[in-house]
Amino acid sequence: MLKTFPKGGVHPPENKISAGAAIETLPLPTTATIPISQHLGAPSAPTVKKGDKVKVGQIIAQSTGFVSTNIHSSVSGTVQKIDDSIDASGYKRKAVIISVEGDEWDENIDRSPELKKEFSLSGPDIIKKVLENGVVGLGGATFPTHVKLSVPKGMKADVLILNGVECEPYLTSDHRIMLEKADEIIVGTQILMKALDVKKALIGIENNKPDAIEVFSKLADKNPGIEVHPLKVQYPQGGEKQLIKALINREVPSGGLPIAVGAVVQNVGTALAVYEAVQKNKPLIERVVSLTGKSVKKPANYLVRIGTPVAELIEASGGLPDDTGKVINGGPMMGKALNSLEVPVTKGTSGILIIPELEARRRPVQNCIRCARCTQVCPMGLEPYLLMTLTQKSMWDKVETNHALDCIECGSCAYTCPADRPLLDYIRLGKTTVSKLIRARKQ
Amino acid sequence: MSATVIFTIVSLSAIGVIAATILYFVAQKFKVFEDPRIDQVDEVLPGANCGGCGYPGCRGFAEACVKANELDALFCPVGGNDCMADVAKVLGKEAVAKDPEIAVLRCAGTHSLRPNVNQYDGAANCTISSNLYGGETGCTFGCLGLGECVDVCNFDALVMDPETGLPVVDADKCTGCNACVEQCPRDLFELRPKGKKDRRIYVACRNMEKGAAKKIGCEVACIGCNRCVKECAFDAIVVENFNAYIDPIKCKLCRKCVMVCPTGAIHELNFPPRKVKVEVEGEAEKPKAVKAKPEPVVEVAASKAEAQPERVVEKASPEALSNKENENTSDQSIKLGE
Ligand code: SF4
Ligand code: SF4
Ligand code: SF4
Ligand code: SF4
Repeated sequence: MLKTFPKGGVHPPENKISAGAAIETLPLPTTATIPISQHLGAPSAPTVKKGDKVKVGQIIAQSTGFVSTNIHSSVSGTVQKIDDSIDASGYKRKAVIISVEGDEWDENIDRSPELKKEFSLSGPDIIKKVLENGVVGLGGATFPTHVKLSVPKGMKADVLILNGVECEPYLTSDHRIMLEKADEIIVGTQILMKALDVKKALIGIENNKPDAIEVFSKLADKNPGIEVHPLKVQYPQGGEKQLIKALINREVPSGGLPIAVGAVVQNVGTALAVYEAVQKNKPLIERVVSLTGKSVKKPANYLVRIGTPVAELIEASGGLPDDTGKVINGGPMMGKALNSLEVPVTKGTSGILIIPELEARRRPVQNCIRCARCTQVCPMGLEPYLLMTLTQKSMWDKVETNHALDCIECGSCAYTCPADRPLLDYIRLGKTTVSKLIRARKQ
Repeated sequence: MSATVIFTIVSLSAIGVIAATILYFVAQKFKVFEDPRIDQVDEVLPGANCGGCGYPGCRGFAEACVKANELDALFCPVGGNDCMADVAKVLGKEAVAKDPEIAVLRCAGTHSLRPNVNQYDGAANCTISSNLYGGETGCTFGCLGLGECVDVCNFDALVMDPETGLPVVDADKCTGCNACVEQCPRDLFELRPKGKKDRRIYVACRNMEKGAAKKIGCEVACIGCNRCVKECAFDAIVVENFNAYIDPIKCKLCRKCVMVCPTGAIHELNFPPRKVKVEVEGEAEKPKAVKAKPEPVVEVAASKAEAQPERVVEKASPEALSNKENENTSDQSIKLGE
């Protein structure tokens, strides 16, 4: 039987329509808008100013703390300005705006396509290299990778879990890199294993990607310590806690991190970025983005420079379909609708999904009919209907004692609710309020 | 009467008497002293339990009043000065009279002046919407129109105007309890002194983007041009982050700033209509003109836009708006919006 997590979960239509499209390189944009906050944690501090010439791979914003990272120019050209620019949330945030001239790369970057297997760096040096090159988790949360690799004192990792699940419907960027960059991902995995000082790595791949499973099983046979595990197609299989439970049957304690049970989870895309950073000295300046949707003329997977406006990806796939209702940054379950197409692709953009008008709108909210489906599907064993009601009534202490902070925001509850209640919207509000209260209490 | 009945009555009464005696002594022994003045103060408070004073309900406030040495720092916005005078009388202390305050909404971006560029259909809650994204309009600082403030107002002083999409403060009902000020995720409410004859002047905009950028989203935004600052003879206006703020204490309600604002972002409430040619005839005349016509209590000029219709026509005719829209927003986002 296929492995999976034991509690809850849903199975939305997979719709992986762009799975067959090989990765294409998107032409350079004319201007690149590179936000200084593309990761979880403190925004980076710009190191360039208006009028500066930059090359591809040059640092343009420096990390400002432990949980922060460097940001590099993804293009060569002149810094037009450092100014507020609309980001995926629709708010204006600071970004370095560069007008592109040519494509001149920093000399230290090895651009040859050869696979470089040998590496001699020590663990701490690898972590340093990862930070220098601005690598963050590419699964969507964009948590700086060097932080995840720096195991806190008194804890020890014994297994690395590589997340090749891609459980979000529609998205196929991880699937494509697993097919096209498998060797690099394996070397990246070995580098990560060295950095964490673990002997074992498990790669979890959902069973709807048999080709990727086959490629990796073959490679795993040649590389001791690496195992491949096909997983049942079930959302949110790619959640860290769900994946750990499914693969090694350990339960991350409430409020704890995976490292508490000796596991570190990294996305396959991150493993690739780590390979490029350590072996090729190449910073995280481009990533694979799926451009997909039912009415899109040419669903595709593009290799895109960070800072390219979303509009250019859509243009490359034949323009915005006439029946467009929403353009979503990410997948249909966890993604957020964009309100401008000038928003740039950032480190965390895994896909752009165009939803037709007919499917885009939410239905009107009705009263809870106490069917308990939300509690059945919640992979964290929470009671979403209760958390929503408590939040509406501002009963924050109860929101806290009912473990709102354990919610992984997978959206299974809202997806499944027959009364179309905006469960996750309210639970998120409950979470932010409770975390604020906890922070205030600690001071 | 049968013996059983008599026995029952007697024994139950006996139990009652014994229990009462025990309870009396227990009550004496464990008596918690409570200052009787707390009850007396509680009596004179309005009993709204709104928390506007900063204490948990009226009784909490009464306790605080009794405990405090001076009443300076304590104020019940609902009861106002009269109520505080009563409290002071009960306690034999001195009450400091405070200017009554009233909530004003610092956003004038109605549906027509600040058109929607996309559609929100998430949970109907301002905080959720504002945590999620910039909002339905081109302005990421303005009112979201989902009425969270209306929900928290205990005094029925706020209603949502479906026409404009903005909440309206009912000046007669607003007690200045501060609840809406605290609730609004965009910090759009401010408590301002009620003002002489209920007259108030304030900047109805909180947008802190650069001037040109906010003009795209809203017709009546404060663009931080500093003209009002130069005009004000009393140094009452400061512009910070491209957004003007009028200090209600320094402001002498002369209305000159209202005239110079190019976008009509400065609002005047409860002033009599202007004489048509007042401007040319020297500024000093105006206050007199005001005195001459005391009566209009209607909210004459809810917004500059209404006060000066010519200007509005020039700015907000629907065609003009849609043209502007086309210039400034890419086709795609219009499509997205609709
Ligand atoms: S969003 Fe949160 S509450 Fe809802 S199903 Fe997922 S983990 Fe459970
Ligand atoms: S799924 Fe919806 S209707 Fe069912 S119990 Fe949960 S909130 Fe209520
Ligand atoms: S004023 Fe604030 S709380 Fe009231 S509707 Fe507008 S955004 Fe919401
Ligand atoms: S309008 Fe605001 S300040 Fe006035 S009574 Fe209502 S909540 Fe309180």
